[in-house]
Amino acid sequence: MPATEMPVALEKSEAIAEARRQMEVCNACRYCESYCAVFPAMTMRRAFSAADLTHLANLCHNCKGCYHACQYAPPHAFGINIPATFATIRQESYAAFAWPAGMGRVFERNGTLVSLLAAFCATLAMVLSAAIQDPAVLWGAHAGPGAFYRVIPWWLMTLLAALCFGFALIALTVGGIRYWRGTGRSGLGAVAPAPAADAAVDVLTLRNLGGGGHGCNDFDDRFAMTRRWLHHAVFYGFLLCFAATSVATFYDHVMGHPAPYPFWSLPVQLGTWGGLLLCIGTAGLVWVKVVTDPGPVAPKLLGGEYAMLALLFLVSATGLLLLAVRHTGAMGILLAFHLGLVLAFFVALPYSKMVHGVYRSLALLRNAAERRASVAHTAT
Amino acid sequence: MVDLTRIYDVLVVGGGNAALCAAISARQAGASVLVLEHAPKPMRGGNSRHTRNLRALHPAPTDVQVESYLEEEYWDDLLRVTGGRTDERLARMTIRASQHAPGFLRDCGVVFQPSLSGTLSLSRTNAFFLGGGKALLNALYRTAERIGVDVAYNTEVQHIEMVDGHATEAIISYRGFPDRVRFKAVVVACGGFQANRNWLREYWGDAADNFQIRGTTYAQGTILKDLLAQGVQQVGDPTQFHAVANDARAPMEDGGLAMRLDCVPYAIVVNRNVERFYDEGEDVWPKRYAIWGRLIAQQPGQVAFAVTDSQAELDYLPSVFPPYKANSIAELAAMAGLDAGKLERVVAEYNAAVRPGTFQGGRLDDCRTEGLAIDKTHWARRIEKPPFICHPLRVGITFTFLAVKVNEHARVIMADGKPSSNLFASGEIMSGNILGQGYLAGFGMTLGTVFGRIAGKEAARHARN
Repeated sequence: MPATEMPVALEKSEAIAEARRQMEVCNACRYCESYCAVFPAMTMRRAFSAADLTHLANLCHNCKGCYHACQYAPPHAFGINIPATFATIRQESYAAFAWPAGMGRVFERNGTLVSLLAAFCATLAMVLSAAIQDPAVLWGAHAGPGAFYRVIPWWLMTLLAALCFGFALIALTVGGIRYWRGTGRSGLGAVAPAPAADAAVDVLTLRNLGGGGHGCNDFDDRFAMTRRWLHHAVFYGFLLCFAATSVATFYDHVMGHPAPYPFWSLPVQLGTWGGLLLCIGTAGLVWVKVVTDPGPVAPKLLGGEYAMLALLFLVSATGLLLLAVRHTGAMGILLAFHLGLVLAFFVALPYSKMVHGVYRSLALLRNAAERRASVAHTAT
Repeated sequence: MVDLTRIYDVLVVGGGNAALCAAISARQAGASVLVLEHAPKPMRGGNSRHTRNLRALHPAPTDVQVESYLEEEYWDDLLRVTGGRTDERLARMTIRASQHAPGFLRDCGVVFQPSLSGTLSLSRTNAFFLGGGKALLNALYRTAERIGVDVAYNTEVQHIEMVDGHATEAIISYRGFPDRVRFKAVVVACGGFQANRNWLREYWGDAADNFQIRGTTYAQGTILKDLLAQGVQQVGDPTQFHAVANDARAPMEDGGLAMRLDCVPYAIVVNRNVERFYDEGEDVWPKRYAIWGRLIAQQPGQVAFAVTDSQAELDYLPSVFPPYKANSIAELAAMAGLDAGKLERVVAEYNAAVRPGTFQGGRLDDCRTEGLAIDKTHWARRIEKPPFICHPLRVGITFTFLAVKVNEHARVIMADGKPSSNLFASGEIMSGNILGQGYLAGFGMTLGTVFGRIAGKEAARHARN
């Protein structure tokens, strides 16, 4: 059995050792097997390597069902707290698999760094547009085709967008490949279409935040679907905004029809609804984090999560505001602010909470493949 | 809001499933209800916190139980494990009422699940709580509070004053301060005395020091002793309890379910003197797990050792504490602190007595020994494939059966045979009425739910009149 490419930091992690201790209790208890995918995946194992635990941690959706049902949760001497322990491992795995390697350190004090980055980028956008164009563009009223480019020139917008987005894609891909190789032995090519389809359904429906139909312990020991719906709002809101940008890019670069577009046009409609969903989803998720029972929460990670939610909220809120005031003198400064925040989002993308999308999806894919293999094995 | 100056219609002593079922039923019948739970909130719920399912009669498949489980079979199972030491009228009433227990709990917000993995295959006879007993308790407490039951934690009931078969008041320690509660009726649902080692010593002597208390440390039997001393009729054998084979390295208190070991049917078990003492393969584990605690309690030092080999390792659930593993029986004996020569001899004699057969874990197969003083009648395979494995075992006590006598209305019976006017009981504290000895998996929660509901209703009815 060839060894996995597991980073030393994870092999030696205290959280991994703690998770191993906890999983050995859980695997003898198994009361939680119907909550989510983690526990059936656990029962397929007898020993827990750092790779196994990293996989299980990334499979965990932080629904907290297992914590509130746990006969061994603190203050019991065993102190079983899977959600907090797994959240810590997830964070460590984001750092360990980050590319380029040194960038993993950014996950320490992630909240501070993301906030500083957002402030820096927003300032930079305003300074640059004032320096390159004319300070007056920031408070002048602009209208008609290409109005936005009079604030921030076309070449600058396109260059920065291409560079940041391109780099983020590369960094996320390399991180994902390193994660896949680190947490298992099979190549991605070995995955069949059926488990890939299972995983896609899991990602798109957040089945594991359903608790088997009645919801999760979003706030305390009662069950709710709140986080699932709010996450859907963020996820699909983000996709709508991304679609809006893609359609606008097509209009501009292929059809030669530059922004701004009328309110009822496709890009503006997609962006408006996407922005609204993002605002509701991110604000809601912040609210859930504030009011939830702190028992199963890893407080160290909250900074990065709040910062990323706040950044996404600000990006969408300034986008909506821009739509509202684009015919007024506030347009210039708001556009610079909005695009500065968008820039910060894409720069931070591979080094923020956002990477969970990649690792969670890969964990769901591995889990789907394992599950199907196990069913096939039982059947024969 | 808890108000100790008022007179509650119904006081419920205890905070587990039996107590909460009584409290909810009494409140639903219109009574004002106060629940006094000795434990702090995070540890609430007595032994119910460690449970997983309840045994329920069902004439046809339900969404969580397969096939059917009818009264005669249920009664027959109970008769067999108790060896006839039971009360048929109360037992049959409980069995019939168990059909409605899952529905009642579901109405209280408890979520059930189909049983999945694990070696205790009880999907026909038992209904499993999603997430286990603590999740059940969360739902019951939430329901109780929603409908207006008052709950006080960290509150120990120390004495219930009995005057001519009538409970007049309760002396309590309310968060450390002495106080009293007045009521029209009282339901005692505060468990057995299993966590009271001094009391256990009265019957078991020094052996009691080696018993692991699997569940709550709050089951001190304070009220049980208090009532028995005030002319309440006693039922049940004080030496009888539900006890399982626990990992010898488990904590002495509150280690819960995960400390039990399921390896016995796939091993041979010897005591400290390296002697086998019981047929490890007598029956499927769900029907035998509850006798092994008592068997080990009767061995010297109250300790035993399950010895098997690598081919059995995946046949039972993994243990929290890793087993001893060695490449020879002699090394294994040294690790476990056993006489190496003796263990080699016992294993060799056993191996020589194993008859050929087809191994089938989980069902009665034809793998047996012949010619031993104590034969192993199923799942007997030669212990020959290293690494050899040894799990050290001790006694894990779940709950004691010594009880206050009750009638079918959950009303406590006084020594003179007359029912108390306003004292009711449910759960472990009255388990000895039906469980004279032995145990059926999931029956404790059935007893708590069935008698809790009756006690709650009857107490509320008494308060109204």
